[in-house]
Amino acid sequence: MAEDKKYTKIQELTYELKVGNVMTKKVVTVSPKKTIYKLRNILHTKRISGTPVVDKGKLVGIISTEDFMKCLAKGETNIPVEERMTKKVETLYADEPLVHAVRKFDQYGFGRFPVIERGKGKLVGIITKGDIIKGLLKKLEIDYHKEEIHRYRASHIFEDIVADRTTLTFHYNVVGEDFNRAGESASGLKRTLFRLGIQPDSVRRAAIAAYEAEMNIVVFTEGGKLTVSVETHRIKIEASDSGPGIPDIEQAMQPGFSTAPERIRELGFGAGMGLLNIKNCADKMNLTSKVGKGTHLEAIIYLNQR
Amino acid sequence: MTLNEVKEILEAEVIIGSDKLKMEVKIGCAADSMSDILAFAKPGALLLTGLTNPQVVYTSEISDIKAICFVRGKKPDEKVIKLAKSKNLPMLMTHLPMFESCGRLYANGLIGIGYLDIEKKNG
Repeated sequence: MAEDKKYTKIQELTYELKVGNVMTKKVVTVSPKKTIYKLRNILHTKRISGTPVVDKGKLVGIISTEDFMKCLAKGETNIPVEERMTKKVETLYADEPLVHAVRKFDQYGFGRFPVIERGKGKLVGIITKGDIIKGLLKKLEIDYHKEEIHRYRASHIFEDIVADRTTLTFHYNVVGEDFNRAGESASGLKRTLFRLGIQPDSVRRAAIAAYEAEMNIVVFTEGGKLTVSVETHRIKIEASDSGPGIPDIEQAMQPGFSTAPERIRELGFGAGMGLLNIKNCADKMNLTSKVGKGTHLEAIIYLNQR
Repeated sequence: MTLNEVKEILEAEVIIGSDKLKMEVKIGCAADSMSDILAFAKPGALLLTGLTNPQVVYTSEISDIKAICFVRGKKPDEKVIKLAKSKNLPMLMTHLPMFESCGRLYANGLIGIGYLDIEKKNG
């Protein structure tokens, strides 16, 4: 699978998690009438470097240690917070994906953003870079535990079988031109691979490759076979049929090249991307064909061994 | 974005899955080509499509699509609805065309697959 098509787990999590999932909900706030001197006590005792300014539940500003230091330098300790706070506050909504927060930290270079409820403007929390890191680590830990269970199940089946080498093989008969059932084999395969406890990413890649191969058999042939064999280290998908064959494999691999009739295109297939999709999902792909005889496709997906 | 929000924004009708309207969709994708969905859709996405054949359901299952919304008032037949039901796949239908459906959802904060590419480019 091409490297640039993969996203890191962290990147995935930053759009899965919401700002509200990782923010600190108990927010220390200060009223706008409090003096800079009193603010000092709050910042000191709570060990924080800034705090939102809230008037009757509404967010009216934000003040940081930096603002506080400037006041100190000028000897302005008796004036109210509202006179020195930043009034135009950059905020985040609790329901925004975390990736928005990451981007905002980069963009503004601030240490914290107040989090407000969409629509109501109510302050519901505060988020720092530390919150983001903690939130991501926690989520990673949860996911890790889930993976542990998968691993246990997966190894179990193979461990229960006593042999030097174990291969589980699944056969699917694919009927040509049957568009009511086209997709059934790949669907069944996907469920089976999940039950075996194989990693979701590998299952997905195998299922996509099998589905495209299945569609090719349905669209272009009178029928064929899908054979999938699973070993602990790899999934091998074989699709074979007995005609009509591909005259020019190199051409067939070109993105967008298609010989599918309009009727097929109307179904959403035949855009000339199928073989390429298989190639992108597989770690290894081999295609042989003889015109009038048939086509044999083999796609291998390696599994992470632990 | 929840399915219920999608329903409101697109003035959509729920075909199946009225009990799943609280479900979150993280990302949106729109296509009338199955291979495009297979190649580019991210797990957990909402699919907008004008196709209503059984392969839409299979493609969605294979690509880990969480919910489908049919555009331009197209409704799948009973056979397809039954298939989606067996796979626990919620389906909505909007009278809006594809372009407007995408525009409304995007404007309301549903991110697309391109968003991830931008993020990746910016490191």
